[in-house]
Amino acid sequence: MIFKDIAIYDKPLDITTASELAASDGAGALNIFAGYIRNKTKSKDVVRLDYEAYEPMALNVMTKIAEEASQKWPIDKVVIHHRVGTLHVGEIAVIIAVSTPHRQESFAACQYIIDTLKLKVPIWKKEIFTDGEEWVSDHP
Amino acid sequence: MKISVLLFGIARDIVGDRQVEVDIQDESDVEGLLEFLKDTYPKFRELRSLYVAVNSEYAKDHYVLKEQDEIAIIPPVSGG
Repeated sequence: MIFKDIAIYDKPLDITTASELAASDGAGALNIFAGYIRNKTKSKDVVRLDYEAYEPMALNVMTKIAEEASQKWPIDKVVIHHRVGTLHVGEIAVIIAVSTPHRQESFAACQYIIDTLKLKVPIWKKEIFTDGEEWVSDHP
Repeated sequence: MKISVLLFGIARDIVGDRQVEVDIQDESDVEGLLEFLKDTYPKFRELRSLYVAVNSEYAKDHYVLKEQDEIAIIPPVSGG
């Protein structure tokens, strides 16, 4: 069983915290992905994003994704931190941190985790623009 | 049987509440529940997908629902 730190917070996330949790003496590589709120979507100005989660299931699915990743690659530790609540441009919505013995696997594992999270985890964001609002629905 | 359904995101906007009590036939399955919801709230048909979660896991169409299950409607997700 690998070490996992998987959590949902309704306060700002911190990359240093996430990376310290993922660091491991046996790992020569630590790969970190941070998802930020961008200022534009399809040329519309973003005012803020409201994120919500079905928390027990989101934690469950994120844990499964971490376990799947550890079946595919030799992972020492995985950290998945996702934020909920109101986020503004420039803030971090999600951090994935993965440590592996060698660097090749760390890139692959980190990408797999964020790609799969975006497809499956029951978290939703509503974009609020200067002229309207919309639930993002890229992923059925 | 009466079941309680949790609603998130656009599903909550469509129904107008975080939770709704639904009266469906005993032995209804997930597919039956989705059909019932789409008939009752036609805007659900406009969504590109709609899944059901039972006890915090995605449920298959033919899963038969029980009164004590925690059931949630999962519209298209957008985490990350």
